[in-house]
Amino acid sequence: MSELVKRNASELVELLQSGEVTSVELTQAFLDRIEKLNPLLNSFLHVNTKEALATAAEVDRKRAAGEKLPKLAGLPIAVKDNLTTTDAPTTAGSKILEGWIPQYDATVVKLLREEMMPILGKTNLDEFAMGSSTEFSAYGPSRNPWDTDRIPGGSGGGSSSAVAGFLAPLAIGSDTGGSIRFPAAVTGTVGVKPTYGAVSRYGLIALASSLDQIGPVARNVLDAALLSDVITGYDKHDSTSLPESLGSMVEAAKSGSLKGVRVGVIKELSGEGFQPGVKALFNESLELMVKAGAEIVEVSCPSFEYAIAAYYLILPAEASSNLAKFDSVRFGMRVTPEGNPTIERVMAATREAGFGPEVKRRIILGTYALSSGYYDAYYGSAQKVRTLIQRDFAAAFEKADVLVSPTAPTTAFKFGEKLEDPLAMYLNDIATIPANLAGTPGISIPNGLASEDGLPSGIQLLAPAREDKRLYAIGAALEALQEDVWGKRMIDFAPEVKAGA
Amino acid sequence: MSELTPDLVRHLASLARIQVTDAEVDRFAEQLSLIVESVAAVNNAVAGDVPATSHPIPMANVFREDVVEPSLTQEQALSGAPDSDQGRFRVAAILDEE
Repeated sequence: MSELVKRNASELVELLQSGEVTSVELTQAFLDRIEKLNPLLNSFLHVNTKEALATAAEVDRKRAAGEKLPKLAGLPIAVKDNLTTTDAPTTAGSKILEGWIPQYDATVVKLLREEMMPILGKTNLDEFAMGSSTEFSAYGPSRNPWDTDRIPGGSGGGSSSAVAGFLAPLAIGSDTGGSIRFPAAVTGTVGVKPTYGAVSRYGLIALASSLDQIGPVARNVLDAALLSDVITGYDKHDSTSLPESLGSMVEAAKSGSLKGVRVGVIKELSGEGFQPGVKALFNESLELMVKAGAEIVEVSCPSFEYAIAAYYLILPAEASSNLAKFDSVRFGMRVTPEGNPTIERVMAATREAGFGPEVKRRIILGTYALSSGYYDAYYGSAQKVRTLIQRDFAAAFEKADVLVSPTAPTTAFKFGEKLEDPLAMYLNDIATIPANLAGTPGISIPNGLASEDGLPSGIQLLAPAREDKRLYAIGAALEALQEDVWGKRMIDFAPEVKAGA
Repeated sequence: MSELTPDLVRHLASLARIQVTDAEVDRFAEQLSLIVESVAAVNNAVAGDVPATSHPIPMANVFREDVVEPSLTQEQALSGAPDSDQGRFRVAAILDEE
């Protein structure tokens, strides 16, 4: 039974449907693993034992009675702690929201409940999703199951370490500049940022509203597709929600082929600054794709050079505005200074005590970028760069069906390495940020272990807006080729995590 | 591009309603100056007349039917508040005594 937790989600769904495994058994198996390993990995900030088992029992009862159930009914899932849940605290990794119980479910959470998926708990993140390592979580970092001295990526390091460590078969993440894809790359898992607007953001605690997108975290492409088909769709509560259907990602994942596919290698994201082992694996995958009938074309996206700069103006500008709501009035922490302070002093004292250093840095930076006299030079220029990046994508997709790059320049780094150097930390997202600025979809899939350190690396596939199906089709085809070479799933190379290590 | 001096950081923090310690001001001034120097590159990226993009997938006039739906009760709306009184959010004085 212990190996049950290591099976793919698609296999677990079959076991549930055939009655070989009950949802209570399966949910309990993950809860047992969480109990054993979460003290070390810190993937979960809150475990929803009772609620998860209650959902599982209801699924089992309905199945026994022969009632019709949704496809993924009974399959447990973990949810990033920046999505609101009425039955669990929602902190966004911040002290300012400690203990807050929201009064409504995020649309994605509502969809998971309708699918009758037991929600195991809420996963850790850098405070308000600002970071690449979970070191900025107010509740301590999560650890990478491949090497517990290293970061699991961020901001969604709780979800990535939960899925990579077999504490959950699937998880929900959110990706503003790479917060799903970077953690996927460094933990040997799959992460998808859908087209902007494909998944409702209602109930997602906003970081940067024009960049944020919710997406699946999984151990393989088909599993990610199963989850994508549950959470994707129009929502009247999100005015940026796409009204049209993007089709079934499961069908796309099952019908994938590389024959005749034009794969575009982004010149600006294929050389400088990438760890040699990561680059070597990337080139091996290109060869693999050529052997399977793909054609490699080089594309140039010159404006990508300015993507990080534009991103670190647009994101702080939007974040400084979005985080103004944490004002000690309607929810969250309140700190009242001595004497008889005015509300402004209460707000300032609360935000001083409630926010961590990275959040303060970005709010101050955003306030600066938006202040009069600087607005045109910074925020205005950044928005123009965004147009240039969209144009680069459009030109590249004339020549290629998908674009590829290593997901991240390096494998997982050690805790503390980049903590006091914000600029070094920001470079982790060099390959993932352009898709957020352009609104286009991206997937990271496992791409082998780097020769220097034996740690996972990822390959990123990018598609035009609304063409998410290409990512699943081509991603699944590449994954199948790689698993043929490896003889097993990449996650099966991961060492067993030892509790109390 | 202009450097973020400690005084400017203090001013920006006050605009953003964040009380900051002297140690934070010094550290943020140093770190943010480096960041600003780096992001100022966006000025070199744009030559000529380029329109701004505020939103990745443009949408206009997003409407829905104006239908009354259940909303939070007063009790629910106040449930997360640090302090409330007679069905309202309770806060410290808005105006200074002076």
